[in-house]
Amino acid sequence: MIAEIGLFALILALLLAIAQGTLPLIGAARGDAALMAVGRSAAYGQLVFLGIAYAMLTFAFVTDDFSIAYVANHSNSLLPTQYKISGVWGGHEGSLLLWVLILGFWSAAVATFSRSLPREVLARVLGVMGLIAVGFIGFTVFTSSPFERLLPAAIEGRDLNPMLQDPGLIIHPPMLYMGYVGFSVAFAFSIAALIGGRLDAAWARWSRPWTAVAWAFLTVGIGLGSWWAYYVLGWGGWWFWDPVENASFMPWLMGTALLHSLAVTEKRGSFKNWTVMLAILTFSLVLLAAFLVRSGVLTSVHAFAVDPERGVYLLAFMGIVVASSLTLFAWRAGKVGLGGSFGLVSRESALLTNNVLLAVSGAAVLLGTLYPLFLDAFGLGKISVGPPYFEAVFLPLMLPLLLLLGFGPRLRWKQDSPTEQLWRLRWIFAGSFVFGMIWPLFVGTWSFMAGIGAFLGLWIAGSALKDVIERIRPRAESQQTVGTRVRRLGRSYVGMQLAHIGVALVVVGITFVLGYDDERDVRMAVGETVEVGGYGFRLEALEEVEGPNFTADQATVVVYRNGERMTTLTPQMRRYFSQEQPMAQTSLHRGFFRDLYVNMGEELPDNAWVMRVYYKPYMNWVWAGAVLMGLGGFLSASDRRYRLRARREEELPVDRAAKDAATATG
Amino acid sequence: MKKRQKRLLLVLGSLAGVAVVAGLVLNAFRDNLVFFYTPSDIAAEIVPLERTFRIGGLVEDGSVRRAEDGVTVHFRVTDTAVAVPVVYHGILPNLFREGQGVVAVGSLQEGGVFKANQVMARHDETYMPPEAAEAIMRAQRDAAQTVGHPEGY
Repeated sequence: MIAEIGLFALILALLLAIAQGTLPLIGAARGDAALMAVGRSAAYGQLVFLGIAYAMLTFAFVTDDFSIAYVANHSNSLLPTQYKISGVWGGHEGSLLLWVLILGFWSAAVATFSRSLPREVLARVLGVMGLIAVGFIGFTVFTSSPFERLLPAAIEGRDLNPMLQDPGLIIHPPMLYMGYVGFSVAFAFSIAALIGGRLDAAWARWSRPWTAVAWAFLTVGIGLGSWWAYYVLGWGGWWFWDPVENASFMPWLMGTALLHSLAVTEKRGSFKNWTVMLAILTFSLVLLAAFLVRSGVLTSVHAFAVDPERGVYLLAFMGIVVASSLTLFAWRAGKVGLGGSFGLVSRESALLTNNVLLAVSGAAVLLGTLYPLFLDAFGLGKISVGPPYFEAVFLPLMLPLLLLLGFGPRLRWKQDSPTEQLWRLRWIFAGSFVFGMIWPLFVGTWSFMAGIGAFLGLWIAGSALKDVIERIRPRAESQQTVGTRVRRLGRSYVGMQLAHIGVALVVVGITFVLGYDDERDVRMAVGETVEVGGYGFRLEALEEVEGPNFTADQATVVVYRNGERMTTLTPQMRRYFSQEQPMAQTSLHRGFFRDLYVNMGEELPDNAWVMRVYYKPYMNWVWAGAVLMGLGGFLSASDRRYRLRARREEELPVDRAAKDAATATG
Repeated sequence: MKKRQKRLLLVLGSLAGVAVVAGLVLNAFRDNLVFFYTPSDIAAEIVPLERTFRIGGLVEDGSVRRAEDGVTVHFRVTDTAVAVPVVYHGILPNLFREGQGVVAVGSLQEGGVFKANQVMARHDETYMPPEAAEAIMRAQRDAAQTVGHPEGY
């Protein structure tokens, strides 16, 4: 019964999505208020039915209903309950169900928070979201239903892949999907604006908070994925440039460009076409990510050729979306007109440079990701494009971007004097250069590249902090206290600076962990000690332990620092009852300046193991940076002006720009 | 400078920047492609020395030997026609087994030994690394052309 209710609810959601994708658009074209109003109710109804379908699948997981094929393949009666609940998105079909649920959630969120939008705009936005939902719910129902029955029912489930039995998995996919799917809102706003022929500052102001929230979720999602891979995969890697990661990184790069381009469109009315283009491209890359990850094309091009149903559906969906939105763009964009002009050195040109660099990086990742697939698909040979390519490309692209990051946010709109700004930042520049060059000495052997990385981090953070301090410092000519000034900064501004400081942390973290990590694969017998990164690791004991659904060999490793006992690590090699595959469980000691990482490799004769003993300096700075960037995104989306916009709609962008120049906020 | 000239300068500047970057990207791309070869390709001596590439196939039964230090491993990768000796220093993936599919990234040393700096086995119990399957398929196809029918895949 459960499965049938779930499938029925999913089909009802599909029907509602069809209604949402057609009626409001027709209504907006005809000026029919009743039809336009359908959008909101359909969005809420869709969310309710998707919620029911999702709840049914979760119920089946929790109650071990192995008569459902998906449950039998991805769960087991011994699986701890939290992993049964998160196991819902542990496989292809279930993760799609989560995807459409999140899409339904975004649709309903737009319906709720955009009451102040003009009726036609809201109808068009919800209509476009409805069409996207038709595509994805249709994909789930027709090619990937998680509710297929298994006859006869399995007696026991095949269990969730042990790698996925981890807290990291509980939160990583929902965050990532919130980000992916969230960009459909920015896309829908752009398409709605193209249909309506009104691309103005108001449109940019409506899209901006949605884009910021989606971007923040994607940032956190990617960060969590990296954090999860770092300790689950067991060899200390945190970014592999593999196609699945690249699939999420491309929309992130493009979304970052979109976020910055929207700022120009909102404040100055420029870059409108470019912003619309970026919104379309970002969402197209989201669809590409769905295609790459969900079609099976990455596992093997040949497997894809044997069972092409899913891949062809997604490819066709992507083709329709991209082709129709680009056609619409070509038809409408000409009418948009240019915004205000700007000088060679201005906030606009800095943001333009940012956009060009980000877009080119995105294109470079796209090339490296798709080229091997194309060659393989056409039988032209098998190649792979490894990290060296991406590193060789990213370094020269990111250096100017990071250098600019310390400078660009301080530039005025329209026109600024480069000499004046550089002069004001001279001490920050010199100071961060000197300290940046000294910093690596405290981490290990000095190297110029590490110095440059540290310099860029200090430069970005230093100039961001200087800017904040200048704004909140009490001034002679003003009566305002520091407290008032802090309150008047505006969340949008604070969010921006937080995110930029987050970038600084990521840069420093990556520089030091790449430059100074110490990784040893060593044979260790009980009683032996190895020295890694200035720490002594002594294998004290080996024993058998039992978990809820596995048994494990556990090593007890005591860590010494300067001869003193510091901590004890207990890595395990787990054997899950339901799997042939053993699974190494990493043991970590996380710290502000370094992680200590111990992982069991293989058992050797004479009570010994090959162990991975790693020292990872500044690793946590990378995660902390990603968290700050995410926080910055959420904070700037919650800025007051986005909530007050209803009353100020008629205001012209030019007036706003003048006012902004006066108050000089975000 | 007039406004138009400035804008022209900006456009030309960004175009030049994009051109430089595109050149850079394509150059990095060409230098860092990692090609895939099968053990038969290596035997046929069409593989460049001292360049990183990937090989795939099965770990030959009975070929895995561990050196005294416990960390260096010698084994052979076969596509069922030819076997290539491989040396690897480090921890093998959990699912590395004799008779199972494997993909290794590294380069060919003097003397025909493949020095791997990365070894990948299948990710789970259900499938073989695609490149391992490809190597075996090619070897069997070549064999089929001379002897008879391929066995499958």
